[in-house]
Amino acid sequence: MPTETKSETPARGYSTGEMMVVAAAREIRDEELVFVGMRLPMLAFAVAKRTHAPRAIALFENGVIREAPAAQMLYTMGDPANLQGATLCGTMLDVMGLLQQGRVHVAFLGAAEVDRFGNLNTTWGRRDGKDVRLPGSGGACDLACLAQRTVILIPHERSRLAERVAFLTSPGFGTGGDWRRTHGLPANSGPSAIVTTKGVLRFGADGEAFLATVHPGVSVEDALDSTGWTLRTAAKIDETLPPSAEELTAIRALDPKGFWTAA
Amino acid sequence: MTNAANKLVTLAAAIDAHVPSGSMVILGAQLEQMIPFAVAHEIIRQGRRNLTLVGPISDALFDQMIGAGSVERVMAAWVGNASEGLGHCFRRAVENGRPNPVATVDYTNFTLALALHAAAMGAPFMPTHSAHGSEILKRNGNLREFASPVNEEKLIAVRALKPDVAIIHAQRADRFGNTHLWGNLGVAVDGARASRKIIVTAEEIVEPEVIASDPNRTLIPGFMVSAVVHEPWGAHPSPVQGHYGRDHAFFADYHARSRTLDGFQAWLAEWVTGPASRAEYRAKLGEARCELLAVKTHAFSAAADFGY
Repeated sequence: MPTETKSETPARGYSTGEMMVVAAAREIRDEELVFVGMRLPMLAFAVAKRTHAPRAIALFENGVIREAPAAQMLYTMGDPANLQGATLCGTMLDVMGLLQQGRVHVAFLGAAEVDRFGNLNTTWGRRDGKDVRLPGSGGACDLACLAQRTVILIPHERSRLAERVAFLTSPGFGTGGDWRRTHGLPANSGPSAIVTTKGVLRFGADGEAFLATVHPGVSVEDALDSTGWTLRTAAKIDETLPPSAEELTAIRALDPKGFWTAA
Repeated sequence: MTNAANKLVTLAAAIDAHVPSGSMVILGAQLEQMIPFAVAHEIIRQGRRNLTLVGPISDALFDQMIGAGSVERVMAAWVGNASEGLGHCFRRAVENGRPNPVATVDYTNFTLALALHAAAMGAPFMPTHSAHGSEILKRNGNLREFASPVNEEKLIAVRALKPDVAIIHAQRADRFGNTHLWGNLGVAVDGARASRKIIVTAEEIVEPEVIASDPNRTLIPGFMVSAVVHEPWGAHPSPVQGHYGRDHAFFADYHARSRTLDGFQAWLAEWVTGPASRAEYRAKLGEARCELLAVKTHAFSAAADFGY
C-alpha cells in the first residue's frame, strides 16, 4: 500500500519503512525473549540484535528459538537460514508454551486495522466499501493475549487507525479500563506501543492510545488528521530519534534491496 | 528386522486410496517449511471435491486448492501467501463464492495446535488462556469458555480435532513409513498422530537401518503410516532443510497471476493440471532453477552415539 511519505525518502537518507523498523527494534531490551512475527518484525529483531540488544532471544511460531541472528534476510521464518544455527528447532507448542507461561517479554504484530484501545483486525477488512477477507490471526491473537508487551506496526492512515476495529481478531485493551482482566487475560500483558509511518503511539493507564512521538519531518497535525478518532497526545510530543548510522547499516546489511522497507 | 508391510506407493496411488472427496485433511503442518505441494497438486488433478483443509498457516497451498474447487471448508489460523500477502483465491471463494463457496472456521495458531494436541493425546480438549476477548472465540464453536475446576480462572476449552488424513513431507523415510524430520516442526508431530491416516512424502527413501540409527529423529513411527511416497522436490516452492531453499520468485509469480480468476486458471493449467505428474512439473521447472535452489553448503549435525 503506497504512502505519501515515500517521495521524501532520498532527502532524509532513510525510508519510512526503515524508520519503523528502527523504532520497533528499540522496543526490544537486551536479554529479552521476543516473539517475532512475519515481515517487518523479522527485520526489527535482527536490527536490535546487531545494535543495542545483542543477548535478546527470538521465538518463532514455527517452533524455532534463535539467539544468533540469521545470516541472511528472511522472507519467512521457515527460510533455511533461520533454521541453521538455531538454538532449538521444535514444535509450535514448545514456543507457545513459553508464551502462555508469561515468559515472553515482547511480541510484534501487524494488522489491517488498529483501534484506540489497541485491538487488532486481521480477519475482515474494508476496501472501497466492500468487505475484504484477510488471512486471519495466525499467531497474532495468541501473542496479543499472552505476551507481556505487544508492539504493533501499521501504516498511519485514517482507514487503518480506526475508532473501532470492524472485527476484533487480537485483543488490545478491549474497551479500556479492566477489560482484559474481566475477560480472563493475564495481568501484566497487553499493547505497549503502536509504531506507524508517522510516529509512535503509547497507552495510558486506562488503555487508550496517545501520540507519544512523531517521526522527523511529520507534523503533529498530520499525525492527528491521519487518525480515525480524536487521538490524545502526550503533554510534550518529541520527535522520534532518527535511525542512527549503525541501525541503518544493520538494516541494509540484511535487506539491501528494501524488500521489506521500500515503502 | 521387521515384518512390517512395504508401504511405498506412487503419489497417484496414495491419493487414490486414502484421500476421497469429503475428507478432512491436514497439510502444511510445518508452516512455511516442507509444504506438501506435490500432494496438493495430485489431489487437484484427481478432481477431489468438498475437502476440509486443516492447518495453521498455508503459504499459498490452501489458496491453490480453494481456487481449483477442491475445498468446502477451511479450519485454519491464517490463509495467504507468507511473503506476498493476501490469498486471492481464498478471498474470491469466501467473499463471492467463486469458484464455490468456502466456509471458514477461524482458529489462532496456538488453539489449532492445541486442538491437534488434544486429539494426539486422546483427550477431548485442551485448556488455554489464549483467545479470550477475541471475535474468533465467539464464532468458532470448537472454542468454549469454562470455569477452571482447580482455581478461579476462566479458561477456554479447545475441542480435539481429528483429521481423516495427515499429509507430511519429510527429508527421509524408510519403506515401512518410519520417518525422520528435522528443522522447525510446527504442528507436524501432533497433526500426524491426531489423524486417522498418515501419508508421508519424502525427499529420500532410505534403508530401515538409517532411520533406526537415530530414533530421536523418528517423529512418525511407521506403524501409523498408510502410505509412503518417494517425491524429491515434493515441497517446491517451499523449502526443505538440507535439500533446497524457498523459491520466493515462484510465490511472487503465483501471487501476481492469481489476482484474477482467469489468471489463476492459466497458472493452474500451466503448473498443476498441465503436467501429468510431479516429474513433469520438475522437468518444467528445469535443472538451472533447481540448481539455484539446491543446498550450496552442507551443514551436517554431529553424529549421536547410541552405543552401549
